[in-house]
Amino acid sequence: MTDTLTHLDRLEAESIHIMREVMADAAKPVMLYSVGKDSAVMLHLARKAFYPSPPPFPLLHVDTTWKFRAMYELRDRMAAESGMELIVYQNPEAKARGINPFDHGPLHTDMWKTEGLKQALDLHDFDVAFGGARRDEEKSRAKERIFSFRTATHGWDPKKQRPELWNLYNARKAKGESIRVFPISNWTELDIWQYIARENIPIVPLYFAAPRPTVTRDGLLLMVDDDRFPLGDGEVPVQRSVRFRTLGCYPLTGAVESEATTLSEVIQEMLLTTTSERQGRIIDKDGGDASMEKKKQEGYF
Amino acid sequence: MTDPVYVTDALIAEDIDAYLAAHERKSLLRFITCGSVDDGKSTLIGRLLYDSKMIFEDQLAALEADSKRVGTQGQEIDFALLVDGLAAEREQGITIDVAYRFFTTEKRKFIVADTPGHEQYTRNMVTGASTADLAVILIDARKGVLTQTRRHSFLAHLLGIRHIVLAVNKMDLVGYDKAVFDRITLAYRAFASEIGITHFTAIPISGFKGDNITALSANTPWFKGPALIEHLETVEVGEAADGAKPFRMPVQWVNRPNLDFRGFSGQLASGTVKPGDSVRILPSGKTTTIDRIVTLDGDLGEAVSGQSVTLTFADEVDCSRGDVIAAADNPPEAADQFEATLVWMADEAMIAGRAYWLKLATQTVSATIQQPKYEINVNTLDHLAAKTLDLNGIGVVELSTDKPIVFEAYADNHTLGGFILIDKLTNATVAAGMLHFSLRRAQNVHWQATDISREMRADLKNQKPALLWFTGLSGSGKSTIANLVEKKLHRMNRHSFLLDGDNVRHGLNRDLGFTEADRIENIRRVGEVAKLMTDAGLIVITAFISPFKAERDMVRSMLPEGEFLEIFIDTPLAEAEKRDVKGLYKKARAGQLKNFTGIDSPYEAPEQPEIRIDTTTMTPDEAATMIIDRLLG
Repeated sequence: MTDTLTHLDRLEAESIHIMREVMADAAKPVMLYSVGKDSAVMLHLARKAFYPSPPPFPLLHVDTTWKFRAMYELRDRMAAESGMELIVYQNPEAKARGINPFDHGPLHTDMWKTEGLKQALDLHDFDVAFGGARRDEEKSRAKERIFSFRTATHGWDPKKQRPELWNLYNARKAKGESIRVFPISNWTELDIWQYIARENIPIVPLYFAAPRPTVTRDGLLLMVDDDRFPLGDGEVPVQRSVRFRTLGCYPLTGAVESEATTLSEVIQEMLLTTTSERQGRIIDKDGGDASMEKKKQEGYF
Repeated sequence: MTDPVYVTDALIAEDIDAYLAAHERKSLLRFITCGSVDDGKSTLIGRLLYDSKMIFEDQLAALEADSKRVGTQGQEIDFALLVDGLAAEREQGITIDVAYRFFTTEKRKFIVADTPGHEQYTRNMVTGASTADLAVILIDARKGVLTQTRRHSFLAHLLGIRHIVLAVNKMDLVGYDKAVFDRITLAYRAFASEIGITHFTAIPISGFKGDNITALSANTPWFKGPALIEHLETVEVGEAADGAKPFRMPVQWVNRPNLDFRGFSGQLASGTVKPGDSVRILPSGKTTTIDRIVTLDGDLGEAVSGQSVTLTFADEVDCSRGDVIAAADNPPEAADQFEATLVWMADEAMIAGRAYWLKLATQTVSATIQQPKYEINVNTLDHLAAKTLDLNGIGVVELSTDKPIVFEAYADNHTLGGFILIDKLTNATVAAGMLHFSLRRAQNVHWQATDISREMRADLKNQKPALLWFTGLSGSGKSTIANLVEKKLHRMNRHSFLLDGDNVRHGLNRDLGFTEADRIENIRRVGEVAKLMTDAGLIVITAFISPFKAERDMVRSMLPEGEFLEIFIDTPLAEAEKRDVKGLYKKARAGQLKNFTGIDSPYEAPEQPEIRIDTTTMTPDEAATMIIDRLLG
């Protein structure tokens, strides 16, 4: 009896418990789906939590139009397989103004993602949004509750979080307030990979190494995923064997040179690597030291 | 890194699949670290992360830069900076919230709750302790057992943490002196046995230098072990102990994809369950047999404590969210009155008599708390008389719920004995509680059925009972209008009774004053009396300031739907004060009257009263007519 539950079993049971608990108080929940590995695990857990029913909420992809093509392919396939409704939202203002990561810097993330998310939640009146954030990702996330309250304007106040004891979650809220729920808060990057391996969860092929056309910009190795990528004079993309540790907008996501083509090899590289997961992301760096905390107060996930 | 305790790069590099297979079988231990400010908690956790290679080069580079800029360790790496997350507290140099950290050794995975040592943050430590299997109590070897040490130990024990580690830290600063370690261990043992901690493991360490963390240190040859990590790797985790207890599963969600399938989803709180097992559904007490244990990966032959599953029954038995499925021959009790320990977690103090939401497992009910039997001074462990509990206050209380809940003593089952209280207006989590036992009173006071019903009594009077609840500031005109309403009803041959605030305080409520708690009790009693009178078939009129929305709603919930009419006598404060019929405002302004509504005590105006009377535009007679029309119309 003592050793029947491994750490993955315990984490899985906890996440499922959290997802089911949301259904008790939520009027209109939604699961944010960003097509990355954490989203893949979230979707899998949701299917387990409610089986044989399909998960009783839709998937929401807050799209920036700048994701990797392979992400759009997997997104559509997974939505079809799970039998869940997929809502794709693109901020119409960002679209009209042609906001892009090359010309607009931080405004790109702000308008497409932060504003896009708020607009989508407001438009559909979602009162609870499941997110795939983990506490091991970043310092300010380490202190976030599993049920995280947002004001009617989606603000986050780290000083006014509700204490969370045992596995009792207080999901009561006033009209207009919403909750972000993070069922995989206690998972680490290694847990995610091992669970993907154990459960055979489909993930975007970009996580595995393959020859891809790349250029180097500001110390980051970027993949030229389509012809919107502005090349310099005489600049020619170079075929390199690369893969990605996290996936976002392709012009903002750095690749690593790698030969890892299987899950075991990917995990092996991860364990032997010497840099953290988010290092390949530009987003954490603007705004200095406490940038993620600042973004969250503004309503970013 | 040659240390055998940690991930060996060699195995990962040579045989990743063997490494992963071994890693996948690891169990999970959750623990908390607690200590006073400067005891070196964050440094210890930073050290654990660093030693287990949870810190990457980019983080390390940032850490080195930060250490030189704001660190407290000169040119050396300040591990505390790794752990102290939020910007504000980094500047203050203290941790102010619970942070969760993760690391892995060869044998186990760990989740660490870093809980603050600052006095005003008892609530965060209790939060972190609620999910921990083990507590590491840090002591600065130079300072010995402090008040905070006692407090943290008491809280860890209160929350039922089975394993206590006494980590005597900063041994490097006392020359690794055995006598210092022995003296502290002895002092701690005396105190621990006082509060009921029968067993703890003392380890001399230096978080900063790394002594006795991953391996026994050459600096303390007199210490025979275990090193901290070795100990953490071998203690029994919580769920193992819960597995041997009788089966309980609180129902979270009824799974009903189609008419042919009806399953009950939940996480096992204790014990094990198999198809064919006889179970009892509580609180109804109905029995049935487990048919299947359904999961996406196929049906299970057995589910164990801690697992999230979906059960189906052999028969069609009523079961819904909040019910508990339990071993048929060994079920938990249901009750509606309890003794419990409360830890108050909100800035606004506890209010005796007020109704709060109580959430225990998947049950949510309305609960009222009595004035504490005593408050516990966490530093001296003395029992003190108390009227309320403030932020971080801990006390023993009696509480009653509006319907029976399925429970067990917290000491026996944390899931069915631990609860939170939620403020009904702000929705804030205001307290955590641990049930001790049910009060026999509830079980022995039965409801006596009577043959004449309330409908029969009302029919005889040829009227529909109602409660006209007047609320408004002192001097707003409540009593005047209420009196007029009763006179009119009397002329119409209606049977009524007017309960007036001042009059009731001469008799039924003569023992009550004007504190918040007494005001609530005043309203509760009036509500109960009014309810009895409506049961007798009367039209009851009450005229009380009744300043708090929560209590007006409490009375509303006592009566059948539609019988409670809230009448807001809306007179602006300035106008009421100008009238000052009884001269009370003048006294209150002069400071001769305390807790006077509108002056130094709040009035929460009704948001959606059935009737609103604007006395600045309406005469008392017009108001009375309007109320009668609404009542009889």
